[in-house]
Amino acid sequence: MIPVCRTEDLPEGGAVRIEIDATTPAIAVFRSEGALYALDDRCSHQDASLSEGWVEGCQVECPLHAALFDLRTGVPSCLPARRPVRTHEVTEADGMIHVRPAARENTVREDAYA
Amino acid sequence: MRTVTVVGASLAGLHAARALRAEGFDGRLVIVGAERHRPYDRPPLSKSFLTQRPPGDVELADLRLCDREEEDALAAEWHLGTRATALDTAGRTVTVDDGRTVRTLRTDGVVIATGAAPRTLPGPPLAGVHVLRTYDDAHALRTALHDGTPRVVVIGGGFIGAEAASSCAALGLPVTVVEAAPLPLVPQLGPDLARICADLPARHGVRLLCGTGVAALRDGGTGRVRAVELADGRLLDADLVIVGIGVRPATGWLTGSGLRLDDGVVCDAGGVTAVPRVVAVGDVARCAGVRTEHWTSAAEQPATAVRNLLAGRTVARHETPPYFWSDQYGVRLQLAGRPGPGDAVRIVEGDPGDGGFLAVHERDGCTTAVFAADRPRPFMRLRRRLATDPPGSPGPSGTPAAPAGAPGAAFWPYCSAASGHRCAAPTPGA
Repeated sequence: MIPVCRTEDLPEGGAVRIEIDATTPAIAVFRSEGALYALDDRCSHQDASLSEGWVEGCQVECPLHAALFDLRTGVPSCLPARRPVRTHEVTEADGMIHVRPAARENTVREDAYA
Repeated sequence: MRTVTVVGASLAGLHAARALRAEGFDGRLVIVGAERHRPYDRPPLSKSFLTQRPPGDVELADLRLCDREEEDALAAEWHLGTRATALDTAGRTVTVDDGRTVRTLRTDGVVIATGAAPRTLPGPPLAGVHVLRTYDDAHALRTALHDGTPRVVVIGGGFIGAEAASSCAALGLPVTVVEAAPLPLVPQLGPDLARICADLPARHGVRLLCGTGVAALRDGGTGRVRAVELADGRLLDADLVIVGIGVRPATGWLTGSGLRLDDGVVCDAGGVTAVPRVVAVGDVARCAGVRTEHWTSAAEQPATAVRNLLAGRTVARHETPPYFWSDQYGVRLQLAGRPGPGDAVRIVEGDPGDGGFLAVHERDGCTTAVFAADRPRPFMRLRRRLATDPPGSPGPSGTPAAPAGAPGAAFWPYCSAASGHRCAAPTPGA
């Protein structure tokens, strides 16, 4: 598990972006309606940071083009995003928040056709 | 309506097709696109696409706006690589030409989404001179940029010019931007913010020459550009020229159609033209007197226009404040709203001299626009406020009113003027 921040550093409606290493995509950790969520930080549509997005209920809105992602599943619920972002395990214990980055699966480009 | 033809297969056209199906239109859906490519997203073409050595991480497949599954669900008849050449509004036909065959397509409804085409300089075409609009444009430009170390002159300091120049600088190429106006981006940002942003090129090693037009492109008789001659007589050596001097709405094919054309297809705020069952969306549409060239407008307008098309009259208007962004010189600029010439501009967060900042345009005690440089999160909060607060509505209850423009004023809770523009109450730090 990788430490993210102290409990008090991630208030309700807030988000924290963590960079782990050069080869692991950055992760955004959110707290919304009391629950914690961790997603890949980069929007699957274009280069934008979801940790800078608008959190409401169990959704985050991308700050660039307003794509909505489900914080629980990483699945977009509206355009322009079509591909999900990965979700990660997140825990809170003894005043600290940790994430366990999901294993990187082979990315299959579903729309690679001419 | 049994057949609807969407003319234009880019962002606005695709969104129109989606909206038609979403609204329950189950008739024949025809999509005509002048480019041979299926709908793709253009914004990265002036940014990450250019800076990657070909082939890069961002290729056509990554830019696609719809996948196979969605395309199947649209159940549309696609005519790609096919240009619309005429619209007969009385006979209800669209004439199309794929370069080999001219065909006439019968239709009941028409969505005009033909976008815009880059303006070009007068004179014969020269090798080494590029425009940047389509994937093919970007592909050709990228190939040329990665061939040696060309000296680049960018004509036009607007968003396309600035983004292209920024990408060239990121590649380590020597770049000069020529802008005819005293400052770039004044129409888009207003003079105050334009002045702040005008520092960006120099900080990234790009030379910006303002207040001078271009007299001619010189080729020394070779057919390939060698230099750019400025109106003031200066000569800039150039191996590669990028012309970013704006676009013209693609309305040539509508001449004689009976549609009113005036810097775009004239329509109301719902995209409805004066001709029954013909609507217009995206860059080509002049809606309620305003033509926008923004990605977000092209994505949002079709839902409204299609509702009106199917209803046979204007039942909905698209009134969301315009929004655009630009990535240049490592800075993300975002603007939402309608800045006006007399607006006061106030920095509400950050420091323009030291990284990112957030600013608001104010007029008559109301916020008319919000702007951010590298401040996406607070920008988003203000943008939402701008979109959701109806004109003249009170601000958050219990919020004390502050005089507009007062030093340190944090709220604009009351729109004092019945001026019709939207009133937002930005609350920095809320």
